[in-house]
Amino acid sequence: MIHSLFLINASGDIFLEKHWKSVVSRSVCDYFFEAQERATEPENVPPVIPTPHHYLISVLRHRIYFVAVIQSEVPPLFVIEFLHRVVDTFQDYFGVCTEAAIKDNVVVVYELLEEMLDNGFPLATESNILKELIKPPTILRTMVNTITGSTNVGEQLPTGQLSVVPWRRTGVKYTNNEAYFDVVEEIDAIIDKSGSTITAEIQGVIDACVKLTGMPDLTLSFMNPRLLDDVSFHPCVRFKRWEAERILSFIPPDGNFRLLSYHVSSQNLVAIPVYVKHNITFREGSSQGRFDLTLGPKQTMGKAVESVLVSSQLPRGVLNANLNPSQGTYTFDPVTKLLTWDVGKINPQKLPSLKGTMNLQAGASKPDENPTINIQFKIQQMAISGLKVNRLDMYGEKYKPFKGIKYMTKAGKFQVRT
Amino acid sequence: MSTTALYNDQQGGAEAAVEAGQETTATISSGGAAFGLFSTDFKKNEDLKEMLESNKESLKLEAMKRIVQLISKGKNASDLFPAVVKNVASKNIELKKLVYVYLVRYAEEQQDLALLSISTFQRALKDPNQFIRASALRVLSSIRVPIIVPIMMLAIKEAASDLSPYVRKTSAHAIQKLYSLDADQKEHLIEVIEKLLKDKSTLVAGSVVVAFEEVCPDRIDLIHRNYRKLCNLLVDVEEWGQVVIINMLTRYARTQFTSPWKEDGIFDESEKAFYDSDSEEKQGQREAKPYIMDPDHRLLLRNTKPLLQSRNTAVVMAVAQLYWHLAPKHEVSIVTKSLVRLLRSHREVQYVVLQNIATMSIQRKGMFEPYMKSFYVRSTDATHIKTLKLEILTNLANEANISTILRGFQTYVKSQDKAFAAATIQAIGRCATNISEVTDTCLNGLVLLLSNRDETVVAESVVVIKKLLQTQPTQHCDIIKHMAKLFDNITVPMARASILWLMGEYCERVPKIAPDVLRKMAKTFTSEEDIVKLQTVNLAAKLYLTNSKQTKLLTQYILNLGKYDQNYDIRDRTRFIRQLIVPSEKSGALNKYARRILLASKPAPVLESAFKDRDRFQLGTLSHSLNIKTTGYQELSDWPATAPDPSVRNVEVIEPVQEWAPSLGKAKKPKSDKFYSDDEEDEKEEEGSGSGSEDDSSSSSSSSSSSGGSSEESGSASEEESSGDSEKTSSDSGKSSSGSEVSSSESESKQKKKKLTKKATPRKSKQTAADSDSDENGNGPVGKTSSSSAESSSDSESDSEEDSDSDSPAPQKKTVAKTKPKVEVKSKKEVSLLDLDDFSPAPPSAPKSSVFSSSLLSDLEGLSLSNVSSAMQVTSSSFGPVKTYELLHHMTGKGLSAKYHFPRQPCLYQPSMVAVQVILTNSSDHSLEEIHIGDRSPGSLNVHCFNTVERLEPGASVSVSMGIDFSDSTQAANFQLCTKEDQFSVSIQPAVGELLMPSTMKEPDFCSEQKKLMGMNETSATITMATANTSKQNISKQVLSVANVGVVSSDQNNLQRFSGRTVSSGALVLVTLELRESSTALLTINTEKTVMASMLLRDLKQALSQA
Repeated sequence: MIHSLFLINASGDIFLEKHWKSVVSRSVCDYFFEAQERATEPENVPPVIPTPHHYLISVLRHRIYFVAVIQSEVPPLFVIEFLHRVVDTFQDYFGVCTEAAIKDNVVVVYELLEEMLDNGFPLATESNILKELIKPPTILRTMVNTITGSTNVGEQLPTGQLSVVPWRRTGVKYTNNEAYFDVVEEIDAIIDKSGSTITAEIQGVIDACVKLTGMPDLTLSFMNPRLLDDVSFHPCVRFKRWEAERILSFIPPDGNFRLLSYHVSSQNLVAIPVYVKHNITFREGSSQGRFDLTLGPKQTMGKAVESVLVSSQLPRGVLNANLNPSQGTYTFDPVTKLLTWDVGKINPQKLPSLKGTMNLQAGASKPDENPTINIQFKIQQMAISGLKVNRLDMYGEKYKPFKGIKYMTKAGKFQVRT
Repeated sequence: MSTTALYNDQQGGAEAAVEAGQETTATISSGGAAFGLFSTDFKKNEDLKEMLESNKESLKLEAMKRIVQLISKGKNASDLFPAVVKNVASKNIELKKLVYVYLVRYAEEQQDLALLSISTFQRALKDPNQFIRASALRVLSSIRVPIIVPIMMLAIKEAASDLSPYVRKTSAHAIQKLYSLDADQKEHLIEVIEKLLKDKSTLVAGSVVVAFEEVCPDRIDLIHRNYRKLCNLLVDVEEWGQVVIINMLTRYARTQFTSPWKEDGIFDESEKAFYDSDSEEKQGQREAKPYIMDPDHRLLLRNTKPLLQSRNTAVVMAVAQLYWHLAPKHEVSIVTKSLVRLLRSHREVQYVVLQNIATMSIQRKGMFEPYMKSFYVRSTDATHIKTLKLEILTNLANEANISTILRGFQTYVKSQDKAFAAATIQAIGRCATNISEVTDTCLNGLVLLLSNRDETVVAESVVVIKKLLQTQPTQHCDIIKHMAKLFDNITVPMARASILWLMGEYCERVPKIAPDVLRKMAKTFTSEEDIVKLQTVNLAAKLYLTNSKQTKLLTQYILNLGKYDQNYDIRDRTRFIRQLIVPSEKSGALNKYARRILLASKPAPVLESAFKDRDRFQLGTLSHSLNIKTTGYQELSDWPATAPDPSVRNVEVIEPVQEWAPSLGKAKKPKSDKFYSDDEEDEKEEEGSGSGSEDDSSSSSSSSSSSGGSSEESGSASEEESSGDSEKTSSDSGKSSSGSEVSSSESESKQKKKKLTKKATPRKSKQTAADSDSDENGNGPVGKTSSSSAESSSDSESDSEEDSDSDSPAPQKKTVAKTKPKVEVKSKKEVSLLDLDDFSPAPPSAPKSSVFSSSLLSDLEGLSLSNVSSAMQVTSSSFGPVKTYELLHHMTGKGLSAKYHFPRQPCLYQPSMVAVQVILTNSSDHSLEEIHIGDRSPGSLNVHCFNTVERLEPGASVSVSMGIDFSDSTQAANFQLCTKEDQFSVSIQPAVGELLMPSTMKEPDFCSEQKKLMGMNETSATITMATANTSKQNISKQVLSVANVGVVSSDQNNLQRFSGRTVSSGALVLVTLELRESSTALLTINTEKTVMASMLLRDLKQALSQA
């Protein structure tokens, strides 16, 4: 299975290596660097690279390449999924997954990697179990450790792995028992030139933060479970119950986890909460282009559209842009040709707009294609699909937990073609 | 890698070299801070040693942390080995772990020194703590020192039979490590694998399959007997194990089952009939169908399906490929939705999933067509994602959606990502050839692209147009002329070559332009690329043949240029062409055919997907992803023409079962006069022996029944008595003495069952073995049916007896009688048979008279139990009216109605089954015939059907018993209730309390067992009880009404204890009720089955709070 792991930063330095079987020379990464050179963008490096004796499977997260070395047939998704799980774990432990964070915590990283794989096969990937084995570093603990010489490694051996609920650690105790659920929906859409929707679909997740004492058994029911077209669950969810009653019944892991991700089918009509009026033109022969963009809300059920951010990759020929935003600020990077406009909140009375001119390279011909506009936004307290949680019940424990549910709609890959 | 070289130098070099290397490293490393770090590290190697040898743990730890930092940077710290290895026995866990990290990294290089640490691990392997044992084995097996192979082998063998599943899991991992270290151990390791494959723990299953795949993937025979178990465990195995198991089972299934793809249409029908309850005609068709899916094949498909909902993308992909390779064609499409869902995941996941979809979409357009929009390209996608999406869109294109797709392509062609734009043009070309309606549109569109400013776009267009023109032999002079005009502006060699080739091929259609193009080429010949030169020579030759007047000189000129070209290919070609076309005395016969050779009509190229040939690899594999055969790739075999013997998967060996049936008859006659003691001995012997001891069991059971008879003279016991517990033996024998032998045979089967349960329970350490034993009984449908048929054949009376048995007395009575003894145990726990009473037994002798009288009375008077002894009263009243559930309403059942209840007796058929009594009533006006249970899906729960009721007159009702193995879950058992004409889908959902059976134990035992089940195995709640329930009797009544448990007698007044075992796995369930003031009580449940515990707790709480 997974033989070795190399971590490579954006500038191409291998800053960490870990071997689970016999040592594989660093030079195997040369093949990776070759592929990296061939690829124009960092994202274009193929995830699976064959070399004469090994195969390299890599993922790119937070500008770090995680390159796994394998020697024989293994499902590539198996490795990819594991690598992403490693990144998630690092993020969980250190808050961020950057080269600096990894270097600062190299001992913890090593201990984690040691526990996560045995002979290249995943051993413990549940964050609850790992946290029992190796406590995440906090500033306080680091200080205490340096003074007292105590350790990050859990004194007690984990019990969760042996139980029927391997995802939950035992002996959880809180003074305030609380369970929060965030229903977050993302709209993926492609809007064509004329403003009609080419494709739009909703992807949602329910992220939970459960801090409950003991072994609570929760059930979560929806007002309209039929909306959910396709779902994937955290392993804690009892599938049979869902099949039969469309109720989520589970003993939750401790802390933050993703309970459910779902898909609202593209067959359903998706309400698009914003519209864009645009007029981007380049004239043949002239070295100037016009740029005119106006945003407006629609179908938002009275909720404000917030944190709006517009970005667009302008054609290569554009030298600079003189634009005038009615609100917010804009930046144009003349090197990458990336235009970003931080709009903020959309005021329906006074629609935000960005107008002005673009200067093209002298003598350059008119670009073939108008730029695509990517939009990000947030709408609080609303799930665009209309999904509603009916109730949350807890069994198996005596106390009354504090329960909370929050809805949010975000733009996912929301593109407007112009 | 210059840095690597440097490190290597350091490793090899002496102190001085290290010094030098260190400086270089420092300069290489980017920051000034790093400089400090590096230099100190190296200078402090000596310091590190000192720190490691100090007495202070904190210093040692600090040193180890620094060493780990060195290792993580890929630097050599091997010179510290002796200092580090001393700390291997440290008490500090973190220090120990870091030392392990170091050991595993360097042991291979320092083998002699590594041996120093071995004894520490050997000692740790015996540690009482399972985690210490496991980690010792982990490290020991990771030390790649050949000399310790025998030690490792021994450790693995020992760990494989460890009590802790975690240690067994570690041993499965160690198998692979040892195998990679010393392949000669293969045979021994296979033995261990074989053993671990039998393991029932979900923790072990994944790891052992990994070991199996690594060590002996060809030993498919090892899987047979574990196949069904693996299928059933699959959902509960951890996600990584699931992936490996699914892949292995895919391979397995391809060798063991016949193809479900043949005559798919017919199969389709049968599938519908399978689910459709009222389709008689189709049923007829089913009988005629040539293909029936093996139930095991179906089992696999059914049990993997829920995993499509996994959050782990690798699991979803594994299931998808399993369906692709194994499922009947019309079922494959259920994976589509999940695969499309994966496209929301990370870029790398998308990449692999799209590759697989691309391969799938070539063969099965329909699967992904409804999801076409999901493959629309976004400008933010990475290039390889874009091209894969394009590939899929092209595969999906058909007459209906081509216009939508082409509109999309128009946008993509304009993309700033030129590589992608070029790929789009190729895709357009493919669409044009595949769908003739749009060929002209595409061609026109491509011609327009020829005036594009971007060179790659133009070049790609030319190449595609060339191919298109070739497939379209109609007149396209205009396009060729247009291309000739563009020729001067096109610089991409491939495009130029393509145009030249087109000119040559169709030179007769453009007679004026072609020679002119040749003239231009003659001028620039020397500066062209090789590929262009070759095509120029070709063009010249063709023109020479068709239009020699105009081009003779030009051709000669070009041939001369070619003759002295630097490239030997061109020189060769020139020489060949010259000989071919220019007539000379040497050229001979071939010359005449030159025209036919050069201007032969050429077959049009087929524009196909790059994924066309990928289906030779199993989907989801690395080989498929790379389109090369990777090392260790296991070929997916073709379906066998005829399926190998499916009985190999029966876990129960069939022969003993068949023997068992006749032995019944034999055993009956002798009625040996053995007494209890003999019989116990027999059973003890059998505890050790595996299956195949059926002869023994039947004889022992018969002896016990007879002994029961002799010890208890009264022959007046009623039937209800007999069916429930150990007492029945006596009553049975009594009955048999009164004439009906059959009941004794029935009791024998019960006896046998009982014995199995006994086997399963008494020794904890034997748990797994016994489990697999009971599993053997539970898992072999073939064996089961044969046994039941054997039963009926051996004794024709048995059926009727069974029917009449349950027919005459109301089933409620039965259960009442049955539950009685449990409570009695409380008062009579000193009875001698208690050692054997793991399953719901009652003391056989002492309370018997009262039981008999009560049951006899109940027999006579129905449910009234008024004049029973007081001890009995508690018991009988402790169990309220039996809850009867509706199985089938007579409206939906076309006159047939069915009700069921749980008689709470050990199931006749298999110990792991829960007995269910079904009362069938005919409320229609005609008699119903052949009431039976229809085909069950193999994935569903294991159900023992009742024998077919041949005829049920109007108004009559019949009670039949069946057994269902719920596997300790409240999952509903779904099956079909069939009459001669109809089929009705019904389901039985058990309350959690019915999944238990009472277990008698003394108070001290109870307490000690309870202590073992603390922590997370304990579930408790404070409950408020209805005032009516505060008396002890009422409490036990309520508890017993909810759950089939036994009362544990206690001296303490405020404590009430109940104990039971789960029917399927025999896990202990201990219920404690501690009364507190003001009608509150603390209810505690201790069991390994935490989920059951919480459900039971809920039920009990409800029952006790009700008045």
